[in-house]
Amino acid sequence: MTNYNIGSLFKGMFRTFQHLVGKKATLEYPEEKYIPRKGYRGEHRLKKDEQGRMKCVACFMCATACPAECIRIVAGPSPWPDRDKIPVSFEIDLLKCIYCGMCEEACPCDAIELTPTFTQIATTREEKIYDLQKLMNR
Amino acid sequence: MVTKDVLYKLVVFLATVGIAVGLVPIMTIVERRVAAFIQNRWGPNRVGPWGLLQPVADGIKAFFKEEFVPARADRLLHFIAPMLVFVPPAIGFAVIPWGNQIGSVKLQAVNLNIGVLFMMSVLSIAVYGLAIGGWASNNKWSLLGGLRASAQLISYELTLGLAILVAIMMAESVDPQVIVAKQTRGILSWNVFGGGNLLALPCGLLGILLLYTAALAENNRLPFDLPECEQELVGGYHTEYSSMKFAMFFMGEYVAMVNMSAIVTMLYLGGWYFPGITNPADHSWLGGILSVGVFMAKTFAILFVYVWIRWTFPRFKYNQLMNLGWKGLLPLSLANVALLAVVGVFTGGKP
Ligand code: SF4
Ligand code: SF4
Repeated sequence: MTNYNIGSLFKGMFRTFQHLVGKKATLEYPEEKYIPRKGYRGEHRLKKDEQGRMKCVACFMCATACPAECIRIVAGPSPWPDRDKIPVSFEIDLLKCIYCGMCEEACPCDAIELTPTFTQIATTREEKIYDLQKLMNR
Repeated sequence: MVTKDVLYKLVVFLATVGIAVGLVPIMTIVERRVAAFIQNRWGPNRVGPWGLLQPVADGIKAFFKEEFVPARADRLLHFIAPMLVFVPPAIGFAVIPWGNQIGSVKLQAVNLNIGVLFMMSVLSIAVYGLAIGGWASNNKWSLLGGLRASAQLISYELTLGLAILVAIMMAESVDPQVIVAKQTRGILSWNVFGGGNLLALPCGLLGILLLYTAALAENNRLPFDLPECEQELVGGYHTEYSSMKFAMFFMGEYVAMVNMSAIVTMLYLGGWYFPGITNPADHSWLGGILSVGVFMAKTFAILFVYVWIRWTFPRFKYNQLMNLGWKGLLPLSLANVALLAVVGVFTGGKP
């Protein structure tokens, strides 16, 4: 004999009604942006010191630490007396990057950092390779 | 004057047809939005304000799709089937009393004194559309869908008829006007509350429950939507239909739903009567429009429950469906009729 448990039917309907009036999980993307939590590892940036100079000394620590091997640095002589080298070119391939944050950990000068920027827009592969200019201006 | 009356009747008739066809797009958007809300989504909200123009976009899309008839299908039957699904429920609207009368004009397209019987017979024609559609498609799965539809509708028609019979017994008439008029003596005179006889209250409550369950099965709605399913039947009786023909099946289903809700409202929930809002003796324009509003509000409440149920319950297996129909609902509805008859005899022959 089938168990006709009418009460549980109403219980189920009450539950779905709660969802009907409840909070919605959908994020309406173009109007609402997703704000990641603090400490989220998104796009990179290169920091500047108090005088507005880049902090990076082209020590290659980040490129060595990077498990995805997506950082390419070309070093050149420094114009300032307090350091030997600065990067002439600094490229991060964000398509290869796994956003692990190892580069940030490895940097002795606290020069590279992952920002909490979640949304990245690019129309070609080349655009996803961030160069020195782009990383500095972020 | 005769011509004036004919003119009024024509207006009511056209309005009825308008309601029948116009409610369908509204229902589709309501269905999709409620479905989304229950699943914690927003649903279609991009076309027009709050997504209200989505049905228009859907309609345009359906019109521009390719019209496809499978090879070796029966072209004539394939063509007729969607109409057979859509037209009978639309005809059923003719005998629904939408409101109180305005002046001497009754807000009912056809004033038929056997209206309820007419409606039942017309509504059951729709199953031919499904069965023919399944047959004409030259596709085994479609055929199975059509067969399931016919078996299901035949099984549940009995319960539906017996549940309607309860309301007819309470009103002692099959004329929609009389049935509604008997329910305008206060909220306790609604048939769901026993039609003015408190001893018949359980009959009324059970009656509407049975009627509603049978209505769900009649309209192939979840949890009884066995004729359509992706898992076993690749879609159902409409697998081989595309474009406007498919839309016609779809619309037919919704028209039948609206029709069934109107029947439930009329038979059990007092039609256009709501205490404090509509007055049966008030034949003015305002009163008439208010009564139509009340009828619509009740109908929409029932339609909402359709959608609500659809997104709450899992569907039945086919044997469970048949078990529930024959072993559960049918004896219950027979007992309900018998109980009401006994109550009627013991309360002076007047249930
Ligand atoms: S986040 Fe990880 S993968 Fe990306 S550049 Fe830094 S070390 Fe390499
Ligand atoms: S580890 Fe820091 S200082 Fe060294 S190259 Fe990378 S970013 Fe520059």
